Amino acid sequence: MSAGMSASTGATTRDLVIVGAGAAGMAAAATAAEAGLSVTVLDEQPAPGGQIYRAIEDVRAKRGADMSILGEDYAAGVPLAAKLRGTVTDYRRNATVWQIEDDGAVWFSDGRKADCVRGRTILLATGAMERPMPIPGWTLPGVMTAGAAQILMKSAGMVPDGRVVLAGAGPLLFLVADQLIRAGARVAAVVETTRLSDYLRALPHLPRALRAHAYLTKGLAMRRRIKAAGVPLIGGAGSFAVMGSERATGLSFDADGRRHEIAADTVLLHLGVVPNTQASRQLRLAHAWDERQRYWYPITDDWGRTSQANVFVAGDGAGILGAKCAEASGRLTALEIAHEQGRLGLGERDAQARVWQERRFDHAAIRPFLDTLYAPPGEFLRPADAVTVCRCEEITAGDIRAAAALGAPGPNQLKAFLRCGMGPCQGRMCGLTVSEILAEAQGRPVEAVGAYRIRPPLKPVTLAELAEMDPPPA
Amino acid sequence: MFKRLHEAAETVTVEFEGERLRVPAGETVAAALLATTDAATRTTPVGGSGRAPYCMMGVCFDCLVEIDGVPNRQACMTVVRDGMRIRRQHGVRGLGDPA
Repeated sequence: MSAGMSASTGATTRDLVIVGAGAAGMAAAATAAEAGLSVTVLDEQPAPGGQIYRAIEDVRAKRGADMSILGEDYAAGVPLAAKLRGTVTDYRRNATVWQIEDDGAVWFSDGRKADCVRGRTILLATGAMERPMPIPGWTLPGVMTAGAAQILMKSAGMVPDGRVVLAGAGPLLFLVADQLIRAGARVAAVVETTRLSDYLRALPHLPRALRAHAYLTKGLAMRRRIKAAGVPLIGGAGSFAVMGSERATGLSFDADGRRHEIAADTVLLHLGVVPNTQASRQLRLAHAWDERQRYWYPITDDWGRTSQANVFVAGDGAGILGAKCAEASGRLTALEIAHEQGRLGLGERDAQARVWQERRFDHAAIRPFLDTLYAPPGEFLRPADAVTVCRCEEITAGDIRAAAALGAPGPNQLKAFLRCGMGPCQGRMCGLTVSEILAEAQGRPVEAVGAYRIRPPLKPVTLAELAEMDPPPA
Repeated sequence: MFKRLHEAAETVTVEFEGERLRVPAGETVAAALLATTDAATRTTPVGGSGRAPYCMMGVCFDCLVEIDGVPNRQACMTVVRDGMRIRRQHGVRGLGDPA
C-alpha cells in the first residue's frame, strides 16, 4: 500500500481507518495512536461510546443520577472515551460510512457532504445489533427492542410512559428491565423463553463459566431485584404475539400450559445480539455460521485478521463476546496492525498483548454457557407463515416459503422474486430469518444457503451529499 | 410514548407537523417524537401500515421521516436543530415530491 494521496479520490491516507467508536473502536484507536500510527475514527453517532457506552460523556457530565441507574458496567466507558479524545486527533462524529473499497478507500457522509479517507489498514469495529425477533405484530408502533429503550435511557434520559412488558431471552433483557425499574418505569412483566431444559443443556458449560463468575452473580442479582420490585418474571414462554391493531396494546403468549395476555403500552423485545455484518459482507470477507447462536460472523484470527490482508475486524462484529472482550480485541488488533506496519517489534507486541489476551480469555469463558442457555428458539428463527419477516417490503414467512417452493435457490434470488431485503434497511432486519427459512425449506444447512450479497451504499446517501464532495486535486 | 426523567438545561424549538415543540438540545429526532406522540411516524410504501422508531441505532429504518423537506431521514440518527421542520412520511417518497 502506498502512502500519500489516492489518485482516484484525492483522499487523505492514514495508517489506520477505524469504522466505529464503540468499545473495540475506542480501545483500538487509542492503542494505535499511542504506537505512533496516524488514525482516523469514523463513527455514526454524535459522540463516542457505541451502543454499550452510548452517550457516556454526556450522562457523566450532565446526568449523574442516570449514571447510577445505568450501573458500573456502563461507567467503564468513561476512561475509554476520554482516552480516545486524548490520543486521536482525527475522530469524526456523525460520519456514516456508506462504502468501503478493497484498496482501503472509505467513503462516508455527515449528512450534508460526502467525503473519503483512505487507510493503509481498515479496522471494522461495527459491533452488534439486536437479533430481529419476528412475531405477529412486531411492526406495530409501541413495539421496540429492549436495546432501543436502553438507548433512550442513555442518550435522552427517557423511559416508557405507562406499562412496559419485556419479552424474549438473554442478559440484556434483564439488564434493561432492572434499569427501567430503577428509573421508575412501570414494568408489568418480564417474559422469558428460557425453560428448565435450556438450563440443563447449558449445565456442562457451567464449570468454565465460573471463571467469569461475576457475570453469573450479576445476572442472579438482576433477577432478584426484578422479583423484589414485585415484577412477575415468567419463564418458559412461547407463541408470542403483540396485541393491538393500530399500535401495541399488550403481549400474549403461552406459558404454564395456558394463554396469557399482559396489557402494556410499550412492548420491548430482545433475543440476544448478533454481529452487524453489513460492512464485512460488502467487502466480501469470508464469513462463517455460528450454529449455537445462529448468526454470521466474519472469520478472524486471534488478532482480528480477516480473509483480506488490509482489513481487520475487532469486537462483537467478529462474534459476540461482550464489551470487555471487545475492548481487549480492539487493543490486540491495534497492536498487531502497529506491528505489521513496523511501529512495534514482535517482542513489544507480545509483551503489550499478554494482559489483553488473558482478559479476553477470562471474560470469554462465560460465553459457551450463555450462548447455550440463551440459544434462540425456533419459533423466532423460522416464524409462522403469517409473520412479517422483511419489515421494509412487508414480506411474510409464508411468502418466502412459497418462493422457495417455486424454486428461489438462495437469498439473492429471493430479492428478484419478492423484493425481500431490498428496502431501506437493506436486509439488516430480515437477512438471518430469510437464510434460516430457506435452509429449512430446502433441507440444507444455513451455511450452504448463504446470505444476502450486500452492495454499496451501506447507508442511503443523497446526490446532494455527493455533489458537495471536494473535487480531487488536478 | 416515552417520558423525560429530567428538565433540560438547554432546549431548541422544532416543528413537528406544523406544531412547535421545545425539546432538549442534543436529543435525536426519534427521541423527541417518542416523547410527543404514540402514533405512527410514517406509513409504509407497500401496505400503508403505521410504523414508529424501533431499534434507535440506525439499523431498522422504521423511523424514516421528512426533515426540512428531505424525505427518508433516519430520525434516530439525526439530532434536533433549532428551527428544524419534521413531518411524518406517508408511503413512497419520490424525486421532486413537494417539501
